[in-house]
Amino acid sequence: MSEIKTVVTPNSVILDGELNLECGKTLTDINLIYETYGKLNQDASNAILICHALSGNHHAAGYYEGEKRPGWWDSLIGPDKAIDTNKFYVVCPNNIGGCHGSLGPSSINKETGKHFGPDFPIITVKDWVISQSRLSDYLGIKKWHAVIGGSLGGMQALEWSYLFPTKLKKAVIIAAASKLSAQNIAFNEVARQAILNDPNFIGGRYLDSGVNPKQGLKLARMVGHITYLSDEAMRSKFGRELKEDKLNFGFDAEFEIESYLRYQGDIFSENFDANTYLLMTKILDYFDPASEYEGNLAKALDAVASQLLVISFTTDWRFSPERSREIVDALIEAKKDVSYLEINSPHGHDSFLFADEQYVRGLASFLEN
Amino acid sequence: MDTTEVIKNWINKKSEVLDLGCGNGEILKILRNDLDVTALGVEIDNHNINECIKSGINVIQQNIDEGLTNFGNQSFDVVIMSQTIQVLKDPKKALLEVTRIGNESIVTIPNFGFWMTRTNLLLSGKMPVTGTLPKKWYETDNIHLCTIKDFENLCEECSINIIEKRFFNDRGHESFLANSVPNFFAALAMYKISK
Repeated sequence: MSEIKTVVTPNSVILDGELNLECGKTLTDINLIYETYGKLNQDASNAILICHALSGNHHAAGYYEGEKRPGWWDSLIGPDKAIDTNKFYVVCPNNIGGCHGSLGPSSINKETGKHFGPDFPIITVKDWVISQSRLSDYLGIKKWHAVIGGSLGGMQALEWSYLFPTKLKKAVIIAAASKLSAQNIAFNEVARQAILNDPNFIGGRYLDSGVNPKQGLKLARMVGHITYLSDEAMRSKFGRELKEDKLNFGFDAEFEIESYLRYQGDIFSENFDANTYLLMTKILDYFDPASEYEGNLAKALDAVASQLLVISFTTDWRFSPERSREIVDALIEAKKDVSYLEINSPHGHDSFLFADEQYVRGLASFLEN
Repeated sequence: MDTTEVIKNWINKKSEVLDLGCGNGEILKILRNDLDVTALGVEIDNHNINECIKSGINVIQQNIDEGLTNFGNQSFDVVIMSQTIQVLKDPKKALLEVTRIGNESIVTIPNFGFWMTRTNLLLSGKMPVTGTLPKKWYETDNIHLCTIKDFENLCEECSINIIEKRFFNDRGHESFLANSVPNFFAALAMYKISK
């Protein structure tokens, strides 16, 4: 059966007022690009907010005119899918700092007439969530039926649950963590060093100079990509397969996994902004809601009033099930409404992008109960 | 009374209840609707977990055999463990954990000393298959079956107080016979315990 391709188009809005950021700086004229799927009902009670992860954007589902690949979460969002657009009105914005149309380092700074580049302020998950709540106001959504996100998106869903406890009914936190481990930060640092040391980075002002630190961004993505897959997934997909039947005793890509990583890195570096990548990794590193409560996560989550569903995947080693259980344990300690699913999936951290049956069923049941 | 009614009698309104091995959440649903309890289940089976989520019962996917250290001391008013202890690797440890987590705990066991189990084994020479133990030996999850006597001895050994106990026939009802000679006539035994 061939699937009917839903054609989607993005919208954009300039948010009212200023946004005072956690870092102390202020942003104005904040442009957010977003997509919506499904229809908002009369009392605006069926809206679901999707928060994207590090390399994600507002194109979560459906196809652009003539596009061959759908949005990044099309496996889960659509008619009769886990996030059913026959029932729900789904909204996915590109976050501030992004590079797909929302205000970010590659936007023009009105004060200078040049690209923001390295002058773009460091954003936090909290800043994002505040900007998303301004978007809710603009869309006339007083209370989200649910806020959902995977990985860095899950951190935003968690932040929503205690920052605006009355503005959402449910939160789904998928393949996330309440803070990064030293190992997580270490991988991010390697990615940053790869970008910062690319000769074309030019202190972040590469756009004004008409160049692109493509090599650095490619390397950063290659390192990141390794952490998204499980050992098992890599073994079954690539094993030690060679591109040709023989060893060439050289440094060209000989193993399939090498050429796969290079290919992924190349594509990514042509479509993503290096300053945005740096910014996203910092946002990840800084996220730690318990830090304001002497490391007590249960206290940090005290304000939560929504129902929460936390989901982890057995083969995810970037944000392993243990990291999700830390969130669950804190929510239980704080006596919150929480359910937890540990999905048996072979795809590592990327599992949250695949429509595993148990995952789809659990998510759909939670959204509809 | 049946098992559910006894459980309802033993739990106060608005209690915080943890059901270890909550299945499809049926008991928790009843307790939530009738006693307005705050309910949380722990379950391992995917299908059961989905049933819980569908009914709006909070449920944690967790293998009890891997420990319950994520639950704090006396963090729930009542912990329920209904016909679950016999499938666990370490029932003694589980019993101690249950009484650590709950102010009070309600534990139900299938009684292997039930007359049908005894005669079944005695007469057929095969592992008993009865209403409360319906599966064959190679299919059953039950690896640590015990009798009422065995269970009460374990409680004593662990210095666990038996506050109340009730006995049920193989249809899950209290009966004169089950109460008069429980270890022979009760198919199920339910205990309210604390440490």
